Amino acid sequence: MTPQGIWRPSFFEEAVPIDSPITAAIQPSYKALIPPALIRRMSRGIKMGIFAAQQALDEAGVSTPEAIIVGTGLGCSEDSEKFLRTILDNDEQFLTPTSFIQSTHNTVAAQIALRLACQGYNFTYVNRSVSFESGMLDAMLQIHSGEVANVLVGGVDEISDHTYSLLQRIGYIKPDGVNESIKTSQTQGVNYAEGATFFLLSGERTAESYAELVDVHIINSVGEDEITATISGFLQGNGLTSHDIDIAILGINGDKAFDSYYFPVQEQLTNADVLYYKHLIGQYDSCSAFAPAVAATVAKHGAAQPILRWQGRPQRPVKNILLYNQYRGKDHSLLLVRTC
Amino acid sequence: MNPRVAITGVGIISSIGNSVEANLSALLNKRPGISRVQNFATTQKDSIWVGEVKLTNAELVDMLGLPHSNNFTRTALLGCYAAKQAVQSAGITLPNDYRTGIISSTSVGGMDYTERYFYRYLDDLSVQPYITSHDAGDSSHKIADYLGIKGFVSTISTACSSAANAIMMGARLVQAGRVDRIIVGGTDALSKFTINGFKTLMILSDEFCKPFDNNRKGLNLGEAAAYLVLESEQVVKKEKKQVLAYLSGYGNANDAFHQTASSDNGEGAYLAMRKALEVAGLSPDEIGYINVHGTATPNNDLSEGRALQRAFGDSVPLFSSTKAFTGHTLAAAAAIEAVYSILSIRNEVVFPNLNFDTPMSEINLVPQTELVYRPIKHVLSNSFGFGGNCSTLIFSQA
Amino acid sequence: MVELKEELKGKIIEVLNLEDVTVGDIQDGDALFGDGLGLDSIDALELIVLLDKEYGIKLSDPKQGKAIFKSIETMAAYISENRTK
Repeated sequence: MTPQGIWRPSFFEEAVPIDSPITAAIQPSYKALIPPALIRRMSRGIKMGIFAAQQALDEAGVSTPEAIIVGTGLGCSEDSEKFLRTILDNDEQFLTPTSFIQSTHNTVAAQIALRLACQGYNFTYVNRSVSFESGMLDAMLQIHSGEVANVLVGGVDEISDHTYSLLQRIGYIKPDGVNESIKTSQTQGVNYAEGATFFLLSGERTAESYAELVDVHIINSVGEDEITATISGFLQGNGLTSHDIDIAILGINGDKAFDSYYFPVQEQLTNADVLYYKHLIGQYDSCSAFAPAVAATVAKHGAAQPILRWQGRPQRPVKNILLYNQYRGKDHSLLLVRTC
Repeated sequence: MNPRVAITGVGIISSIGNSVEANLSALLNKRPGISRVQNFATTQKDSIWVGEVKLTNAELVDMLGLPHSNNFTRTALLGCYAAKQAVQSAGITLPNDYRTGIISSTSVGGMDYTERYFYRYLDDLSVQPYITSHDAGDSSHKIADYLGIKGFVSTISTACSSAANAIMMGARLVQAGRVDRIIVGGTDALSKFTINGFKTLMILSDEFCKPFDNNRKGLNLGEAAAYLVLESEQVVKKEKKQVLAYLSGYGNANDAFHQTASSDNGEGAYLAMRKALEVAGLSPDEIGYINVHGTATPNNDLSEGRALQRAFGDSVPLFSSTKAFTGHTLAAAAAIEAVYSILSIRNEVVFPNLNFDTPMSEINLVPQTELVYRPIKHVLSNSFGFGGNCSTLIFSQA
Repeated sequence: MVELKEELKGKIIEVLNLEDVTVGDIQDGDALFGDGLGLDSIDALELIVLLDKEYGIKLSDPKQGKAIFKSIETMAAYISENRTK
């Protein structure tokens, strides 16, 4: 679920870079998926999560996953705001439970479980821009240890008016009236959005498999001058060097103050075709969940769609894909994906 | 079998004490920490009882040695206080060469400040630094920075089972060799948001809560923070560390029954307990004490009671809810109860379930209401949350 | 009474966000919970607040709701007897 609409085969061919400070995800009709008795209570985040989760399950041909893990930075922000406003506006009188119940951070994971009657492991990570990656790491460890055969993992965040306007007020989001894309950005702050991206990870390669998730690394704080060493260490741990990376998918988001983290990485990965994706889906805490979708598509097709290319380098056969993301210099994540 | 995970440090702040020793003393002397709300204004203050930490934010700031101009929420302050204790109790100075991480958990995050400044944020520059303290990850970042942890930092929020899940993921990372040490637990401050939220569900008691009692009317909310230091066996050997207890089992399952209510037969709770026993390689009769979730809501206690009967049959071990001491501290609950479980093993004692008079009419289960001293090898601790989230941890004697 | 019933139907649709339901769809004697309109325990809590906010009736025990919220008929009868505003 993205500002470009739902995930579909023609996604990258039809995508248009966004250039507004705040862009909503295009919503499909949920009626076929969610009964009216339930949908009436659901915020966009819950609906988007359910939709994307079902899409991933359908692609994988799995009806009920063994575990469900969701990453979200702000959780069910819309309902939190709604409940808080009623408290403040009515002096703690006449409050109703629905928005409080739905404000809990684990609502999306819970509603997916409820809908699928999935009694397995159910976790929600809420750590800013590594919320989703925490979930990927957890899922990978459980599959490696043989605890589960498959895990549904996703990231979801929704726009809530007040919260986003506050982020705009302090310059995290570009001001209204500034219409820059990532490529044309001359200012600090970013274009924000919302969305949901889900994956089914499985211990077995199947006919539907896109790619292999090899490793996940999360580090809270690292200096610009240390990032290449961190990446080298990560690659070395996986028996690779910086020359082995064929595709690098970077979290470049157009924030002049922090995109500099990605510059040395581009130099370091000498052979990599450098891709970016936030120009299509915008920035939000769990937006980096879209990066593995890019990796998966590139792995499956053997090449990147032109709209994803940041820096034109000679393309070579795709084997190793490195994903690197950070937000405002914190919460760095590295994912290694391999074709399979 | 999974490598054992050693617990080498604990830290806690709750309404019954600002240290592990103070908490133990209150538990042993049957001294609950339930009072009226004092730290902030709420129209509910005369109708509810809470487990409130009787320190103001300014006092906590001073105790932590933070600059007066800061953007720490109460959730972060409580978290820093307890996490620092845990690190000290493990005899660790940071930073060091060991790969050290933290997984914290919270349900309200920075809501205590958001509800104070929600509208003022728009045009009052002086309060705007708190805008970025709202999200759930903020307190974890603050604690990590305060302690000097730069590596793995993450946060879990699964409502009232959050800290159990933070402990679980921490154990997983140690077992997989991803970290050498990890600080795990949770923190939650009282807020108008949660007080009113639980009030709308009509599950707040206007009396002292009575877990597992037939006439229980609901829960008392509380605030607290607690953290454990988990270390790998290799680090323990190399550093010749004293091990307080081992985390030997864990399980998480989803009730998949209702967004807030637990199922009648406690399916999720039963599955979580069974998984934890399986991971620990223990049979039910090896559990010496159960620190139950026991919120004292009509729904939880009956559902949990049924799950206990399913998991343990006719011989349910001694069990008690310590929430009549502390209130229900939401995301922190499983962490403070982890500390109590470890204290139970180390002091060979079962803590009493306060305020209990009458057994539930539906099931034949009576909690332990008096202190009882006896050797305890394994403690099972339950924590359940909204969204059907059910978690069980098992702690074992070192 | 007829007016109160119509008013209630409208308010219930609004408060519970029953998107595809109109006032005409709800008969006075229809069960609101279970097989009828399909409301659940969370809706019951919403209706308790509705009684308080609109008619000044405070219920302290959610179990009381069961009999009162059986149908529009029972709800209207209870409100007209107990309303303080």
